[in-house]
Amino acid sequence: MAKTLFQKVWDAHVVKTLADGTVLLYIDRHLVHEVTSPQAFEGLRLSKRKVRRPELTFSTLDHNVPTDDPFNIKDPISKAQVEALIANCRDNGIKLFDYSTGQQGIVHTIGPEMGITLPGLTIVCGDSHTSTHGAFGTLAFGIGTSEVEHVLATQTLRQTLPKTFKVEFTGRLQRGCTSKDMVLKLIGLIGTAGGTGYVMEYCGEAIRALSMEARMTICNMSIEGGARAGMIAPDDTTFQYIASGDRPYAPQGAALDAAIAYWKTLPTDEGAVFDRTITINTSEIAPQVTWGTSPGMVTDVTGVVPDPDKVPGYSRRDVEQALDYMGLKPGMRMTDVRPDTIFIGSCTNARIEDLRKVAKLIKGRKKADSLRVLVVPGSQQVRRQAEAEGLDRIFMDFGAEWRHAGCSMCLGMNPDQLKPGERSASTSNRNFEGRQGKGGRTHLVSPEMAAAAAVEGHFVDIRTWPGIEALAS
Amino acid sequence: MEPFSSHRGLVAILDRANVDTDAIIPKQFLKSIKRTGFGESLFFDWRYLPDGDPDPHFILNHPRYQGASILVVRNNFGCGSSREHAVWAIMQYGFKAVIAPRQEIGGAQVPGFADIFRNNSVKNGLLTIELSADEVDKIFEMVERNKGLEATIDLDEQRVVLHLPEELSFHFDIDPVVKKHLRHGLDDIALTLEHEAAIADFERRHNVQMAR
Repeated sequence: MAKTLFQKVWDAHVVKTLADGTVLLYIDRHLVHEVTSPQAFEGLRLSKRKVRRPELTFSTLDHNVPTDDPFNIKDPISKAQVEALIANCRDNGIKLFDYSTGQQGIVHTIGPEMGITLPGLTIVCGDSHTSTHGAFGTLAFGIGTSEVEHVLATQTLRQTLPKTFKVEFTGRLQRGCTSKDMVLKLIGLIGTAGGTGYVMEYCGEAIRALSMEARMTICNMSIEGGARAGMIAPDDTTFQYIASGDRPYAPQGAALDAAIAYWKTLPTDEGAVFDRTITINTSEIAPQVTWGTSPGMVTDVTGVVPDPDKVPGYSRRDVEQALDYMGLKPGMRMTDVRPDTIFIGSCTNARIEDLRKVAKLIKGRKKADSLRVLVVPGSQQVRRQAEAEGLDRIFMDFGAEWRHAGCSMCLGMNPDQLKPGERSASTSNRNFEGRQGKGGRTHLVSPEMAAAAAVEGHFVDIRTWPGIEALAS
Repeated sequence: MEPFSSHRGLVAILDRANVDTDAIIPKQFLKSIKRTGFGESLFFDWRYLPDGDPDPHFILNHPRYQGASILVVRNNFGCGSSREHAVWAIMQYGFKAVIAPRQEIGGAQVPGFADIFRNNSVKNGLLTIELSADEVDKIFEMVERNKGLEATIDLDEQRVVLHLPEELSFHFDIDPVVKKHLRHGLDDIALTLEHEAAIADFERRHNVQMAR
């Protein structure tokens, strides 16, 4: 019978179907960070259980890390949380990528770059953006702390079969438009709960044309559309990414050849059936900017802040609350919105390709005077690579702050936060109230759109912005 | 985990859709390495004024809702981050159950609760009940009209009963696996470890490098 990519990966990991219909699903890689794990390790200790497969568990520090001075955590509670993870990894024989390894970074950035993330695997992490890893044809999803403990103890999860949702992107992206715009467009269409209960598979000509970095951006935001996981079938782009660079955990040589032969069997079979399907013409996608407090509150940059009665999927009250929080009025043009802070970072958009594009667009320019611009690489490896290419000089000459790797202002668990009423153009994934700092107002955009806003001081349609020519160089 | 069979308590309403886990418990409270002490921080940014006093305008601060143990909300509750702290905060505040509506949006049925939040709820014994949008509208209306309105939630009967002069009751569906889990307060890890032999056998034939 014809199977989807998801079904193939799922089937390969069923340990047992239990009497009640629940499936015991095997987990190949468990990623751990400091925020959602301490209570899980404590639970193990209290019940005198052990980590079953420490060598399949990988850990890093990202949420609490100060990106100006990562070795100096001033907040004692943050420090205690970081120290708890260091101790838990040491006591349980778990590999920890801390600052001293040169491999520290946002958990979803380092998994792929280290070759921990591979096609056909199951990967979980106590973090909703674990969906990122689906870009490799991996079944990857976020779990809560109780499930973290369950995976530590058993290397399995009890799961019920999700439904499948095919998201086909036909056509090609317009110049200056990105995979961030594709996924924001999708969320605008289906809503932030449209994917609840489903695993997405992104496919079509526009997906095939994307780099791995750009694919990760789409899969990363699956959860913003409600789907715990989003997957893309592995292809030559995937295999080249895995074979290139220094990826110590990826198979090499003959083992890689054998793996690729297997990975080539993973794409969805002709005639496989999905529970739901949507087709989006990528050629018609304009640069997207969010105007509200939910990722589904999004519009074309050429659009206006909407009339509260005319937003599909949101009640008048939802929209009024959001606009009140955001300090926006219906009818205002998105290109008239002026951010105070530009944040380029997060597990959505802080890989080397993102930084290269931003650098091209701002090279030789100065940021708008009123702005604070933060550029935060996703990992120490990304930071080194950027510096080797001289991107750090371009950022600093522009007037941006060049930071160390971490989650930074995506969620403000560290000192990088918006002040009440401050407005950001952010390459991150969530524009929730208070997410980037209490009272902070977030507009989600692509790195290219953030860069153009940093130059002009307000949002611009990058397609017609003169500076876009720099992308061609 | 405490078994859940039946609960009677005061009903509170929060008239917002897409309440995300950042709103349920903001990031600064996730730095704790403990599993307790989150109740005071539930809905922190809505609940407290900048000086730290309770905001009298926030509905859960209204005198009539003090001591509430059943929370009724709008659709897609618990979206966003996977933080289980959100469930801990709701339970430690005193809620035993949350009720949210399925909603028709753009021709598709959108669930009342986000996936990860619902999963985390089950693991902790918080009952999430999904009703139709009309039924939830009705509960909102009845709670607004009847100060001190209590409800009984009967898990065995899968029924929410509003204690009005003329009782109103609503049937809810629940996954039998979830029901059993909540009813008996089961420890998942202990149950899974009973399948140790199956896991070990799987590991012998499964190549974790290649995932096959």
